[in-house]
Amino acid sequence: MRALRALIAALTAATLAGPALAADEGACYVAKGLVQADFALPRVAAAVDAKQLKIVVLGSGSSTLPGADGPAKAYPARLQESLERRFPGVAVRVVTQAKPRQTAADMVKALRQTLGEEKPDLVIWQTGTVDAMLGVDPDEFQTALGEGLDVLRDSKADALFVNMQYSPRTDSITALTAYLDAMRFVALQRGIPLFDRLGVMKEWSELGVFDLAAATKKIDIAERVHDCIGRLLASMVAEGKTLAQTSDTGAGTMDSQKKESH
Amino acid sequence: MPPALPAGRDLRLDFFRGVALWLIYLDHVPANVTSWLSTRSYGFSDATEIFLFISGYSAAFVYGREMRDRGVVVAGARILKRAWQIYVAHIFLFMVYMAEIAYVAATFDNPLYSEEMGIFNFLKQPDVTLVQAMLLKFKPANMDILPVYIVVLIGFAPTLWVLLRTPTLALAGSVALYALTWRFDWSLPAYPTGTWELNPFAWQLMFVFGAWCALGGAERIAPIARSRPVVALAALYLALAFTIALSWHAPRLASYVPRWFSEWMYPINREDLDVLRFAHFLALAVVTLRFIPRDWAGLASPLARPVILCGQNSLEVFCFGIFLSFAGHFAMVEISDRIWMQVCVAVGGIAAMAGLATMITWYKESERTKPGPHPLLRSADGAGGDA
Repeated sequence: MRALRALIAALTAATLAGPALAADEGACYVAKGLVQADFALPRVAAAVDAKQLKIVVLGSGSSTLPGADGPAKAYPARLQESLERRFPGVAVRVVTQAKPRQTAADMVKALRQTLGEEKPDLVIWQTGTVDAMLGVDPDEFQTALGEGLDVLRDSKADALFVNMQYSPRTDSITALTAYLDAMRFVALQRGIPLFDRLGVMKEWSELGVFDLAAATKKIDIAERVHDCIGRLLASMVAEGKTLAQTSDTGAGTMDSQKKESH
Repeated sequence: MPPALPAGRDLRLDFFRGVALWLIYLDHVPANVTSWLSTRSYGFSDATEIFLFISGYSAAFVYGREMRDRGVVVAGARILKRAWQIYVAHIFLFMVYMAEIAYVAATFDNPLYSEEMGIFNFLKQPDVTLVQAMLLKFKPANMDILPVYIVVLIGFAPTLWVLLRTPTLALAGSVALYALTWRFDWSLPAYPTGTWELNPFAWQLMFVFGAWCALGGAERIAPIARSRPVVALAALYLALAFTIALSWHAPRLASYVPRWFSEWMYPINREDLDVLRFAHFLALAVVTLRFIPRDWAGLASPLARPVILCGQNSLEVFCFGIFLSFAGHFAMVEISDRIWMQVCVAVGGIAAMAGLATMITWYKESERTKPGPHPLLRSADGAGGDA
């Protein structure tokens, strides 16, 4: 019995210490199965090779946290930190362009200017919440997504979608399905990786990793959720980069828009 | 206590309407593993199609007879009365919805969700919200079916009049309205932005098609629908839709869907009843009818009884289901949202729906058997399930 326990402890320690990153991700990794880069991020791969990676997070209120510490604790900052650890020697910079109450169409309007100023390699586009709350026509939402991606393609930036938060208390009040479907369809159609924030947070809630239904004014859970989202996003970005490299060696110089082949 | 039926009523209708009501309930409980049972997970169409089709079928069955026996005016008045009942039911559900929202808004606070809490802003303007809700322009989540039903019923009396004379013309008119809606983007405006979640100008097709089938259309297309090639084609289409639906859940599969094909296929529009959805419903119907004959033994089994009873009291059970989905969600938030709780909510809700349906049928039975008013006074609404 004692021997068995020792063996288990040793195995656990080995697993945790084994891949350097595993310990780093901790409890967040419960939902790792839901996070997969299904499409390559060729611009990110090129930028990492060039030792300079610039990312813009385009989003609405749920890409930020309130308070003086907010910007440092919100997921874009956590993403930057996690990527710096993953890519030593690469200058990673994550800029947040998040304003509350912005629909997808609102964001597209300002997008060209943002891209001109920031010239990012990757745009992480978090959207859907505000559109669903306002009841914007799902078709119009989908059109806005497509237009945004057109702008990104013109400026040669990779794109990655982040969908809504899972919010158990307001779940039955805001109908998200049509907007989730729209994001998923556009992501598939255009070969854009989609970070299923809703699915990940739902998994955390169901498995009891975080109590997302808690009514609280305290910020600690929110900060830990954002930290985890930042880490998982980083692993997705890294995966998208790896996919781009493996497909480059095989397929030569195919159109960068091409879907990843398996 | 067998379900009360006039001769000739197809029990399969009640059965599948009952199934649709259960699936709608499961769809409406948020974050629920059992919603995997819904047809939505296996193809393009969902329970909405089944519900509106069978509602059209039943409406034509009940009010068609009424119109033949007692004239256009009486039948028309009854149809409008039904529309009014559904409107009242809708407003009742809206009250339940508002009560839940007001409660959540008052008790919930979390810095993680400062954006999502914006949904409560409309509570600050009850003057606008309540009026918009009464005008059916406010779109509470999951309450999209009844408004369509109301609008369709309002226009149903003249449609039924034509259906009873030249059914083909009525169906052609319905298809034409559907086509024009797609061509010219007709829709009803909603509040604060956008349009209705289900466009009644498009979805009327489902209802009128059901009505057409009830008034002889089903017999006319039966030879085609039962023919081997059509059944094979339908099965093939269902398999294709299933494959596509799988690719939504496993994005890696999506890379096997040819690009030109997904460009042609997407978006699959729910609001305006995409042709792919309509076709998916047809295929489901063809395959179902092929394997479940009218005298299918399963319909008489005690296991089917609760489903059939639910289908026969569809408005009450539908509304109760919406109410239960709010209550179930509330229980999941307040007590636990683990899998065991989700299953409890699903099973408990369905049991409650079946219980209500049994009670209503028992009540109607006892009203029927007691000596009382002239039988004509309780013809359409009481007998043989509702429209």
